Amino acid sequence: MALTGIEIYKNYLPKTNCRECGFPTCLAFAIKLAQREVDPSLCPYLSEEARQALEAQARPPIRLITIGSERPIEVGGEVVMFRHEKTFYHQPGIMVRIRDTEPPETVLGIIDQVANYSVERVGLELGLDGFAIENTSGDSTTFIRCIELARSKTDMPLVIMSNNPTAMNKALEVASQGRPLIYAATRDNLDDMVGLSLNYHCPLAVYGPGGLEGLSELVERATGAGVEDIVLDPGARGFAESLTTLTQLRRLALKRNLLGYPIITFPGEGSETIEEEALLAGQQVARYAGIIVLDHFSPALVYPLLTLRLNIYTDPQRPIQMTPGLYTIGSPRQDSPLCVTTNFSLTYFSIAGELESSGFPSWLLVCDTEGLSVLTSWAAGKFDAEKIVKMLKEFSVSSSISHRSLIIPGHVAVLRGELEEELPDWRIMVGPREAVDIGGYLKRNWRGDLS
Amino acid sequence: MPPLEIPREKWIGRVNEVTLGGNGRREIKIGGESTLPFLHFDGSIPNRPVVAIEVQDREPLDWPPHLVSAWGEALRHPQTWAKKAVEFGADIIVLRLRSAHPEEGDTGASEARESVDRVLSAVDLPIIVLGPEVTEKDNEVLVAAAEVARGQRIGLGNCVEKNYRTIAASCMANGHIAIASTPIEINIAKQLNILLCDIGLKPDTIIMDPTTGALGYGIEYTCSVMERLRLAALGGESMTAMPMLSDVGNEVWRQKEARFTEGVPPSWGDHLERSIIWEEMTATTLLGAGADIVVLRHPRSVEIVKGTIEKLMVRV
Repeated sequence: MALTGIEIYKNYLPKTNCRECGFPTCLAFAIKLAQREVDPSLCPYLSEEARQALEAQARPPIRLITIGSERPIEVGGEVVMFRHEKTFYHQPGIMVRIRDTEPPETVLGIIDQVANYSVERVGLELGLDGFAIENTSGDSTTFIRCIELARSKTDMPLVIMSNNPTAMNKALEVASQGRPLIYAATRDNLDDMVGLSLNYHCPLAVYGPGGLEGLSELVERATGAGVEDIVLDPGARGFAESLTTLTQLRRLALKRNLLGYPIITFPGEGSETIEEEALLAGQQVARYAGIIVLDHFSPALVYPLLTLRLNIYTDPQRPIQMTPGLYTIGSPRQDSPLCVTTNFSLTYFSIAGELESSGFPSWLLVCDTEGLSVLTSWAAGKFDAEKIVKMLKEFSVSSSISHRSLIIPGHVAVLRGELEEELPDWRIMVGPREAVDIGGYLKRNWRGDLS
Repeated sequence: MPPLEIPREKWIGRVNEVTLGGNGRREIKIGGESTLPFLHFDGSIPNRPVVAIEVQDREPLDWPPHLVSAWGEALRHPQTWAKKAVEFGADIIVLRLRSAHPEEGDTGASEARESVDRVLSAVDLPIIVLGPEVTEKDNEVLVAAAEVARGQRIGLGNCVEKNYRTIAASCMANGHIAIASTPIEINIAKQLNILLCDIGLKPDTIIMDPTTGALGYGIEYTCSVMERLRLAALGGESMTAMPMLSDVGNEVWRQKEARFTEGVPPSWGDHLERSIIWEEMTATTLLGAGADIVVLRHPRSVEIVKGTIEKLMVRV
């Protein structure tokens, strides 16, 4: 269970304020320990008991698990229920299931599509994370052939799915170097699967449907036998079951230090259409999945899902900053409007979205304001005439446009005079305060021939 | 081994229950939950979240073709549009008086009165009327709408910091509900609720709109602000205990992912499929963060989102 700074101070620290840890007092150090921001070993005077307690405290309540070896993904390691409390650290891996009953050309086709899928957003390339290969045929030769086919085409992480320890053993013989996730140990095969996980040093999924007590019992048996890297499948498939169970598991991990492992989900098994599968996967992105295995791949559904994952796993303490530069909205011409704004991502998205729907292809000069919004950065002296002039030069804006009109945000109308002094041959236009009004503003004020 | 005890939250607060409709108009109750969204094991959710369909007072000319064709001729008149929205399963009709915007026709009180009256006569569902989001025009058309709908407990928005006195007075005089809209920020949302209550509006006649960011366009900010508002409400902070509305369709359908049929990367996939799920996923994500009303545009989104709410309302 998570300790408070006061509890750590009272029960475990020497209370000598010796400063050897680098903090002015033991209490200050205790507070940092409670926030998991420092390592307990910085204090040289801990008792053995204190060291153990604080190391347990320092570990994230949900174990961080690595799957794959060439292009590994890390899942788990989460410390909060809600992103505003700190952040969600490790985005869930999103994989696509391949059944070994599919003909080889279909398998190759899916692998090709998924492995090569990439979509760009805010300068980042988003993609999927791997494959789950299922022994649907029940035949181990077919299974191995399918796994080998997959491995010949991709080095992305795999989940290997079979309840049959013999088939799993054969699969691991050919695939264990890739550090796949073994799926799954069940009530019936637990000891064998535990043995395979230990032998091949691969993480183990534990499947325990029908209540968390049963799951907990299986997990205890696995950890008792020495398995450390565990992924949970509580078998909760539908929207309501998934939300309830995954929330309860996150709470157990954070508040009771129980069942602190990432969770694997199969949204296709809890939905009736592929559209619903995507929505359920979306729910699981927001609510506590570590690995999401899709049954279908469709770019139109995967793109919003990857976008949601990017959004939800954005660190609220450090919002995404846009790279400063001259952005094009639509396909602007030399005589299209030029607006200037800051590089706070939300500011950028608001103004870019409104320009997009305004019907005016435009140029948008994004200034480096260290991720602050218009008013905040102006107040902090990071968005002023000098900065705007510098950015105009740095990104050679004059060579992209034929006119000399610059639209500044209404909130910084006060910059107009100074800009007119610094840029004597420019016309400085004061735009609206709110992004939503930019379309109307351009309709009223922008005449390409006059600008 | 000892039984596994699931940690439960002991919330002391509850979201206000707000009634829309009445006086001959169908009634619907919004809010009232004493737990986080769909977590039935911590508290009760007496009213399921609802889906409103947006109707505009003029035929929209900037909608993508397949959104237009999903509605067809009905888009030409708010009353036929509203009737069709009932067929498509709307729980509430949101009438947006878009033509009052200075750039979109600059219509005034008399046109607003007429549009509201037509929609009120055409359907018996609860109604929310939204102005063009230009303060002076909002005042003009919302006051007119409030009078026409006197006693029928409609929602009136946007009620913002600049015009809250006018809208609140109009709500009190005519028995309506204020839709209090604030830019994505928890303290500003709370502050507007305090101002509204200070001048005499009852807390259970306020619905909050903490501003919606679409998927890919700030949805994470909206999610976190809604989650924080809801956590505060359940923690006993009464000035954040208003049910929440998300104007999803309006935000989603202005984004290029929903609008553009061509000139986009192949990785965006099929336009029809992508645009609809963009609206659906924005809606379901915000329902998960605490929305009590989502306002949608595409009939298919309405069907799917309603279905998802049904599924999440099942106690497991």
